[in-house]
Amino acid sequence: MSFVEYGDTIKDGDTAIVFLGHESMFPVKVQHGTVTQTKYGVIRHSTDLIGKKYGSKVTCSKGGWVFILHPTPELWTMNLPHRTQILYSTDISIITMMLELKPGSIVCESGTGSGSLSHALIRTVAPTGHLYTVEFHQQRAEKAREEFREHGVEHLVTVTNQDVCKNGFGVSNIADAVFLDIPSPWEAIGHAKSALKVEGGRMCSFSPCIEQVQRTCLAMEEYGFTEINTLEILLRVYNVRTISLQIPDLGKAAENNSSTGFDSSSPADQGSLCANLQQGAVQFKSGVPLREVVGHTGYLTFATKS
Amino acid sequence: AMEGGLSVASRIREGDCAVLKRDDVFKAVSVLRRRKIIFEKQWFYLDNAIGHVYGTTFEVTGGGNLQPKQEAEETNKETKEAGTDNRNIVDDGKSQKLTHDDIKALKDKGIKGQEIVQQLIENSTTFRDKTEFAQDKYIKKKKKKYEALITIVKPSTRILSTMYYAREPGKINHLRYDTLGQMLTLGNIHAGNKMIVMETCAGLVLGAVMERMGGYGSIIQMYSGGGPVRAATSCFGFPKVFFDNLHEFPLSKVDSLLSGTFSTETLPSEPEDNALAEEASNGLTDEKQTSLQETEEESTTEAAMEINQTEEQETMDINAEDVEHKENKEKENKENVREKQRKQWERRKKLLETAALLREKNADGLIVASKFHPTPLLLALLEFVAPSRPFVVYCQYKEPLLECYTKLRERGGVINLKLSETWLRNYQVLPDRSHPKLTMSGGGGYLLSGITVVLDKGKSDSSNLEALKMEEPSSKRRKVQDLHC
Repeated sequence: MSFVEYGDTIKDGDTAIVFLGHESMFPVKVQHGTVTQTKYGVIRHSTDLIGKKYGSKVTCSKGGWVFILHPTPELWTMNLPHRTQILYSTDISIITMMLELKPGSIVCESGTGSGSLSHALIRTVAPTGHLYTVEFHQQRAEKAREEFREHGVEHLVTVTNQDVCKNGFGVSNIADAVFLDIPSPWEAIGHAKSALKVEGGRMCSFSPCIEQVQRTCLAMEEYGFTEINTLEILLRVYNVRTISLQIPDLGKAAENNSSTGFDSSSPADQGSLCANLQQGAVQFKSGVPLREVVGHTGYLTFATKS
Repeated sequence: AMEGGLSVASRIREGDCAVLKRDDVFKAVSVLRRRKIIFEKQWFYLDNAIGHVYGTTFEVTGGGNLQPKQEAEETNKETKEAGTDNRNIVDDGKSQKLTHDDIKALKDKGIKGQEIVQQLIENSTTFRDKTEFAQDKYIKKKKKKYEALITIVKPSTRILSTMYYAREPGKINHLRYDTLGQMLTLGNIHAGNKMIVMETCAGLVLGAVMERMGGYGSIIQMYSGGGPVRAATSCFGFPKVFFDNLHEFPLSKVDSLLSGTFSTETLPSEPEDNALAEEASNGLTDEKQTSLQETEEESTTEAAMEINQTEEQETMDINAEDVEHKENKEKENKENVREKQRKQWERRKKLLETAALLREKNADGLIVASKFHPTPLLLALLEFVAPSRPFVVYCQYKEPLLECYTKLRERGGVINLKLSETWLRNYQVLPDRSHPKLTMSGGGGYLLSGITVVLDKGKSDSSNLEALKMEEPSSKRRKVQDLHC
């Protein structure tokens, strides 16, 4: 396996996703002789995982079972160890499309953060593209390098430990796209422009606050970027439920009861009343919005260098 | 200045598929010499654009020529007078001293749009009393009207999906571009995949998948009717090699393929030569969009041929001197028949190859975005997908996806089912005037996504029960169920 190539069977050294149930999963590094604890019991890598097909049901020591999934950038985003706040798949999807990324694209990114977006970018530009990612926090940069190695994508990415606002991306005139997720993106717009190809390219900046967006847009204009466009994308997830709504009793039932007799406290009558109520309900399927949803992640500002 | 070092692909070449852009309006065209283009009430030729870099902005000059726009000759930014509020501005309809005829005369003289705007400002009696913001707005509005600036850009999923959603949403089942973006990400579309795509979105979804796969891997497009529609696909201008591993398979053969009774004996009627041959132009105005129409067209050609043959017979009876001519014609006809047989044979061979690809049941994903009810499509097509692979279904409406969700739970073999929708909000960002744009799209469709797992056939009955329980997950019930797992 690697994050850019599907494999059929689980191998030693793979990163796999253990799926326990509804939205409950975690990543494991598959290693001979290792065991993983779950609430359903122990998984022994050598016998339970290695050689099995991805997508298989694996029975744990207490008799419960889990599914073992092939890693993807989307599953990784849901399960990665957070070292920073991360971007989720909804924002990532529009970033990837609006930056026009595809196999062969050269992309610059800063900061690397926890590598959530990085994995998705690498997946999209592989096998012929490359990601240059800049992270000013030394420990985070090192951790990211380690993860890329473990995930079999180190040949597709270069991690540089420097301050993008001061020193730029470490490359010039080679990028098709630049992405910024830093506190003061307006200080890096000049570096973004020089990282992009001479013939042009796309850029995007992610900021949670409108004041940051304001300054970024001014800087983009100053540096001659065009098609400056700010947007926000929100995900709404629906639970699928069967809902049953009762038909109100407007007196018809009472009329019926009185015509059949007045001993309504007898158990038989109680039963028929329940049946009536059940008949007097309407069932339908509904997509019910979650009680609480993410209302804001950040503004995405896109622009073109031409 | 550094243009010498640019890659060839970044220049506009004759025969390219390109997109015209004016403000937020797009139109896909093929770049041809001496071909009149009408866009946003203006006509022009693309001849002069050839050789320029993609992204260049042109001005339409007299005679429909395109001229690269000179770098902004800034409209006089000298210290301007401006009012503070509009308490004394009265709408008497007389603030503009230039009449319609005056403006038309200026235009007819071929005066540049920029100068017309300047004259309009000078002849507006209220302009100087307007606030700075209002002046800005006035200039922007006039510029939009009188300065005809057209940018020529390279087609991409971003541009084509935005264009289709704005111009022809009905042809793509109202699939909004951010929803399409979601599909590509949720489906983990990337180079090397073996994908199954079933769409009736004019080939836009197929094109988006092809772009993300960059010619690596293979795609099997399922189609209904006479053949796949790829009008939008052709707007992408993909290199020919991208089509080498693009296969197609008729939906009407899926059942027989699954039950093992598949044969190539009864094929759906032959499609027009599609994809590459199809009108590369913009594909939008093109009437041949639905496969139904394509099929109809096919049968008319066949009917026309029959008529030719009978006519020929009659001519022979009447005029014996035309024998030589007739023999030639007959030869031609025989060749036509042979050509047709050869094509049929090739189609059959391709179909068998595609059937074999599907039978491997190891596809890396499934993308569905069609006008059909999603449930039967999913229940059948998921059979061809390997375990631990994502699938995504688009539907313009939520209700069919509710049913599809339930049916998939009953079937089993899928996890992490998610029904979702995205909202997209655009912003105006200007100093002291930032706010969400006035309008946003009311609906861009719904997605049902999930991941396949190995289907546990022996336990299907008990998993059915579980599936029904899962449908209404209360946290308590989930815990119980998890324990049962």
